[in-house]
Amino acid sequence: MSTLAVELEGITKRFPGVIANDKVGLRVEDGEIHAICGENGAGKSTLMKILYGMQPADEGVMKVRGEEIVLRSPTEAIALGIGMVHQHFMLADNLTVLENIILGAEPARSGVIDFKKAHEDITRLASDYGLNVELDDLVETLEVGERQRVEIIKVLYRGAKILILDEPTAVLVPHEVEALFQNMRELKAQGHTIMFIDHKLSEVLEISDSITVIRRGKTVATVKPEDVTARDLAELMVGSELPDPGTQLATVTDKVVLDLTGVTTVGPDGRDIVKNVSFSIHAGEIVGVAGVEGNGQGELVEAVLGINPIEKGKVLFNGEDATDWKVRRSREAGMGYIPEDRQRRGLLLSAPLWENDMLGHQTLAPFIERGFWIDPDAARRHTEEVIDKFDVRTPNALVSAHALSGGNQQKLIVGSQMSGDISLLLAAHPTAGIDVGAQAAVWEDLRTARAAGLAVMLISADLDELIGLSDRLLVMFHGEIVAELDPAKVTPRELGSYMTGASAQGDHS
Amino acid sequence: MITRIKYTLAAPAIALLAAVIFSSVVLLATGVSPIEAFSNMAEYGSRGVTLVAVLNRSIPFFISGIAVAIGFKMNLFNIGVEGQYILAAIVAAKVGSSVDLPAPLQITLILVTAMTVGALWSGLAGVMKTSRGVHEVISTIMLNAIAVAGVTAFLLRRWSVDGGSQSLETKLPEISESGWFPVLFTVDNGRVGLSSFIFVAIVVGVVFHFFVERTRWGYDLRATGISATSAESSGVNPKRTVILAMVLSGAIAGLVGMSELLTFEHNYNLRFVQGIGFTGIAVALLGRNNLAGIAVSAFVFAWLDVASGVLEVRGDAPRAVVGLMTGVVILAAVIAYAVMERKRAEEELRTASEAIEEVST
Repeated sequence: MSTLAVELEGITKRFPGVIANDKVGLRVEDGEIHAICGENGAGKSTLMKILYGMQPADEGVMKVRGEEIVLRSPTEAIALGIGMVHQHFMLADNLTVLENIILGAEPARSGVIDFKKAHEDITRLASDYGLNVELDDLVETLEVGERQRVEIIKVLYRGAKILILDEPTAVLVPHEVEALFQNMRELKAQGHTIMFIDHKLSEVLEISDSITVIRRGKTVATVKPEDVTARDLAELMVGSELPDPGTQLATVTDKVVLDLTGVTTVGPDGRDIVKNVSFSIHAGEIVGVAGVEGNGQGELVEAVLGINPIEKGKVLFNGEDATDWKVRRSREAGMGYIPEDRQRRGLLLSAPLWENDMLGHQTLAPFIERGFWIDPDAARRHTEEVIDKFDVRTPNALVSAHALSGGNQQKLIVGSQMSGDISLLLAAHPTAGIDVGAQAAVWEDLRTARAAGLAVMLISADLDELIGLSDRLLVMFHGEIVAELDPAKVTPRELGSYMTGASAQGDHS
Repeated sequence: MITRIKYTLAAPAIALLAAVIFSSVVLLATGVSPIEAFSNMAEYGSRGVTLVAVLNRSIPFFISGIAVAIGFKMNLFNIGVEGQYILAAIVAAKVGSSVDLPAPLQITLILVTAMTVGALWSGLAGVMKTSRGVHEVISTIMLNAIAVAGVTAFLLRRWSVDGGSQSLETKLPEISESGWFPVLFTVDNGRVGLSSFIFVAIVVGVVFHFFVERTRWGYDLRATGISATSAESSGVNPKRTVILAMVLSGAIAGLVGMSELLTFEHNYNLRFVQGIGFTGIAVALLGRNNLAGIAVSAFVFAWLDVASGVLEVRGDAPRAVVGLMTGVVILAAVIAYAVMERKRAEEELRTASEAIEEVST
């Protein structure tokens, strides 16, 4: 029997009102790649934070290489050779790669940082594992995949033998994922143990040696990838039958709701962000806009809504010239908006739900009567309907938004936006970071609204979602539309290669 | 709802208690019996004549608190109420002494002048913030100095009756009698009367409450205060809202000195009451930016201010002890509110998740 690198037994962690981990067990063998799967909110991240010393467990036993340990801080975890790469990178943009790597663990000679030694050590380390980065580049100039490699080198530099990667592929495009997997295999070959969180099942099956599935804070099973299919895994995660973005009968009409001609926007530094974008969306149609983050999709949505000005080009909304509309005008004319960053752009966290429901409708009935008076009773009734219809799990409409889970916050936003009198929905990453159940509900809501004649511009990083929901797919790269694809024919891999500019399309097919 | 009220009330109560305990320690250290000092204060402070004085003092404190609270509602820290009300008072006094209209017109003219001056002075900070990104704390502090030490001092000389003497009696001409606010009743053989300006204060408070809580502009203001980015995505114009808030805050600040000016002083002079703008910050903080809270805390601060006089008179303790107490009240209130807010959020989270568990099982 091989030794266990990590063994967790009966780990329990309670948060107010929630049991994040309920007697979770986990056995990770030395030198394996171990995937931890589960829905959002299943307790994966909490478990990893406990193992990394960021949070204490309420109950349970942790063993590393057979020895029982108690961790009070990440520093102690690092001393035991455990390193963690967080989902959101923790790098200082204005420092170089080298400076970031040694930050907090600087090699020094009589109080002066020994950059020469650091440079040598890290170069050796990086080449040993095939982790290519330019040590003297500023972190702010790096692509996402490179940043991730910096994070991995950072933990290796601190001597980690057990690496925890929290959703490492969530931010990567397909070819970057392959590079990451190559690095992971290399690390494994050199005797490291890797634990990683993921919910993209095909990836999990491709790379792991073992898979532990967590559901609702409990360990459901530990399986070998050769024994299961993606479907089996998904059912283990969800515990019931699966949602699927799934294409349905087309409901596209010939009524043009949104028509963009040569739309161009300019960033704060004067560079074009969105370049000469033209397309239209019809009533009853979902148009998906694919693209790696930072290629102008977000700015396009903000320009259409009126948050950012349009430099050149024209926007027609239901036949009216909407090029210079500000947000309020757009909202009143019937645009709904599901923002990418719901907490920063779509919610008032400390305000009650009914005031959140009112956000974006604060000039409209039923929230407003006689021009400017808020009608709290009507607003509350409206919110209660949204809560009912969109299955928002909350005791009532008076609790603050921050009391809801992410999925329920999202359902509230989606419900609130779709229950207004709108003809266009601008949906940016509508299911990002919410669990499978809530995701299925949002998909269903979008499909229903589409059948009722809503025009939807859908931006998403989830390629399956884009392909599954869209009637038409556009790909944005460096601010331009570089391809128009038929979602019925395209595979995520093809889509990915367009998104990274690896493939280009001469003319729109 | 009930938990909200419970936590809202707990915080100021804890703050006052902490202040009493802390001041007692200080009093003991200076060799004074805290019980005696406090009972003297209580005895003096509960007399009718004192209470009328306290109410008179509460009026500007309350209005100042409202002015600050409007800014706080959208996370704007208007420290400039001080400069705004003093500048407003001197200009309004000048206008009031230059014309003599029938009472309703005269009073309207004076009040509108004061509000306009306050709004413009405060709006300046708003424009600086939206056009040049100057933080309002910095700009309002600067504007205070310019208003009080600069503009007001200059205007006082220029407009004074004796043509610019340096005497402590320097004052502007008296405001025409049609612009005066009468006292409602007097106590202590006519020595102290309650200013009828209290009605203006009540109107200001009620309008503030309905504007902020029940109109869509107030909603925009509050939404911007909670999350400027979310508000922007909902259609709020952030710059316009900043200026609106500063202008409204300044307009109300303009009224702060009016009770004193129009009821008692009837002219602007060198001894015109100062510091109320800063007290307003404390009033708004302790009062949690809501109408009832501001009313109560204005009264509390006014009572401490007036009743503390007795400590000195009877030789119990230096009046500074009350200043100390006021400081502790503010500090303790801020801490207690933060703690209570966290507790309330936790409890809300707990009840929310309990309710969800009930639904799903």
